[in-house]
Amino acid sequence: MSTRIFVPCDTTALSLGADKVAEAIQLEAEKRGIAVEVIRNGSRGLLWLEPLVEVETDLGRIGYAAVEADHISALFDADFVSGSQHHQSCIGLVEDMPYLKKQQRLTFARAGITDPVSLTDYEAHDGYRGLKNALELEPQKIVDEVKASGLRGRGGAAFPTGIKWQTVLDTPSEQKYIVCNADEGDSGTFADRLVMECDPFMLIEGMTIAGLAVHATQGFIYLRSEYPVAHKLLNEAIDKAYQAGYLGDNILGSGKQFDLEVRLGAGAYICGEETSLLDSLEGKRGLVRAKPPLPAIIGLFGKPTVVNNVLSLAAIPFIMDKGGQAYADYGMGRSRGTLPLQLAGNVKQGGLVELAFGITLRELMQDFGGGTLTERPLKAVQVGGPLGAYMPASQWDTPVDYEEFSAVGAVLGHGGVVMFDDTVDMGEQARFSMEFCKVESCGKCTPCRIGSTRGVEVIDRIRAGNNAEKNWTLLEDLCETMIDGSLCAMGGMTPFPVQSVMKYFPDELSAPGESA
Amino acid sequence: MSSGTEWTTQSIQQIIDKLKHKPGAMLPILHAIQDEVGYIPDKAVSQIAESLLQTRAEVHGVISFYHHFRTTPPGRHNIEICRAEACQAMGCRALEQHAKNTLGIDYHQTTADCSFSLEAVYCLGNCATAPSIRIDDDIHGRVSLDKFDALIAQHQKEMKEAG
Repeated sequence: MSTRIFVPCDTTALSLGADKVAEAIQLEAEKRGIAVEVIRNGSRGLLWLEPLVEVETDLGRIGYAAVEADHISALFDADFVSGSQHHQSCIGLVEDMPYLKKQQRLTFARAGITDPVSLTDYEAHDGYRGLKNALELEPQKIVDEVKASGLRGRGGAAFPTGIKWQTVLDTPSEQKYIVCNADEGDSGTFADRLVMECDPFMLIEGMTIAGLAVHATQGFIYLRSEYPVAHKLLNEAIDKAYQAGYLGDNILGSGKQFDLEVRLGAGAYICGEETSLLDSLEGKRGLVRAKPPLPAIIGLFGKPTVVNNVLSLAAIPFIMDKGGQAYADYGMGRSRGTLPLQLAGNVKQGGLVELAFGITLRELMQDFGGGTLTERPLKAVQVGGPLGAYMPASQWDTPVDYEEFSAVGAVLGHGGVVMFDDTVDMGEQARFSMEFCKVESCGKCTPCRIGSTRGVEVIDRIRAGNNAEKNWTLLEDLCETMIDGSLCAMGGMTPFPVQSVMKYFPDELSAPGESA
Repeated sequence: MSSGTEWTTQSIQQIIDKLKHKPGAMLPILHAIQDEVGYIPDKAVSQIAESLLQTRAEVHGVISFYHHFRTTPPGRHNIEICRAEACQAMGCRALEQHAKNTLGIDYHQTTADCSFSLEAVYCLGNCATAPSIRIDDDIHGRVSLDKFDALIAQHQKEMKEAG
């Protein structure tokens, strides 16, 4: 019997040479006459170990970390095919890694274990059990189950998913839509990408259930064009789901219909904002719409539309399989369930950490992240993407919870944690926040369009020591105008990182020798 | 990526006709043309407008809104450097400067020999192994200055061999 060897196929593994590793293993095995079957699995999310090659043994799967094509011959010499643990890259049983063991993986239970585009693997690991339950239920019962789970939108706004679905269910219309927001543009976030690359059937199943729950027969996944690997894998999985009768006009013989299509964005951060996303899907410039009307009532092509983030929809199969209460049993306060957090930037052990709400930021960065990669002191952390505040050391004991973060003026958002060491220039970071908004603003409202341009200029003047005190006051005023006067979160939150620098790192925004 | 810049009015029309029935067909059509031709030729704008019953201004408005769409031919390889925060934390500002110096071009420009185009990108989702760049459809992580040079050299060698 041939030994099964797993080489991940997600973007991060590929970006570090996984294809060459897989090829080298195949060639070397042939050369030595050893029977192996190379399987391209998803990533476990232990991204600093990629490419993480796993060999299946009687004990379990033995891991070999950061493997390069050049190492393959030596790995064969060390008999890694038998799971021998002598090679220096061996990390032992992957399941025993504390980084994995300490997590509470509900959404990412299958990630890295299965071949992402194998429907057989998906079904063998609890896949499509939620859909089968949902097919037996009245739409209202499905919505009730999602309400009972306490799930809140994982895209960042944390709006209760069940309430959104109820609104769409209650709005009569011949045509309704399910739109998955897969425009994961926040720097430091990659959980959506990992769902789509490591377990795409879970997202497809979640969207199908959403369709059944609100009487929607068409779904769109709005995927950012920066994710070519996810695009390929999603399309492959959708084809297989159609072939197996999980999508189409007669889902599993139930007579119910749900069709699904991936649509590519085109490199516009603003299209992660749900109304801008809808305009883009309609084939227009991605301009933000004023709300109300809510997309749940007047959404895509003017029809009632559920717009949910990848992670929200990916949580649905678990909820419909194990029950809303099983999901709600995790978490704290009003933040129920688990949140897939992402450790990024200057971090030793970057990757995906799915945990119930409640861990502190410090524990996350130290116990999981292992500190900075450069081994220099950690200075600031930006949580929640480019619109999130930079958090200083005094705030690192904040528990991961929507309300707790909000209470200290920070944003949990989509759960991205970007760590910076003490070489970072916080003045430069503040400037970038405005610069990014200038590049990415849709231009519809003035505070965002003009405010961001003026923001860059004012920050430049402050940093040059040009009338610094007056310009500092002007910047404070500009930030408030943008927060209060912008149409959406882009202009409304761009000042958050700027204000956090003004408050916690004021010296770095001033010119050398001056203080504000 | 396709750098084949040969196209005809007919070939563009074929692409449009295959997709124009879709709801919200504009972006799928623009993607398909750019994938095929490498950019959106000026002449295609009026064809798209006519086929979708929109004005040329509307089509132009969409093309110019999205960073991904280009209206000039790209180099044989398109290099995108991530400028977002996670990459900044790992030294992408130095990498950007190095790339510009090495290639002798700024963002949105193409080298004189048409080998490389340089673009900025805001996040490739490879943030745990930053800094990251994308060359055509391949994403590369932990891109040190040396690794960048090696990637460029490798592509130059391949182009030379391909002629």
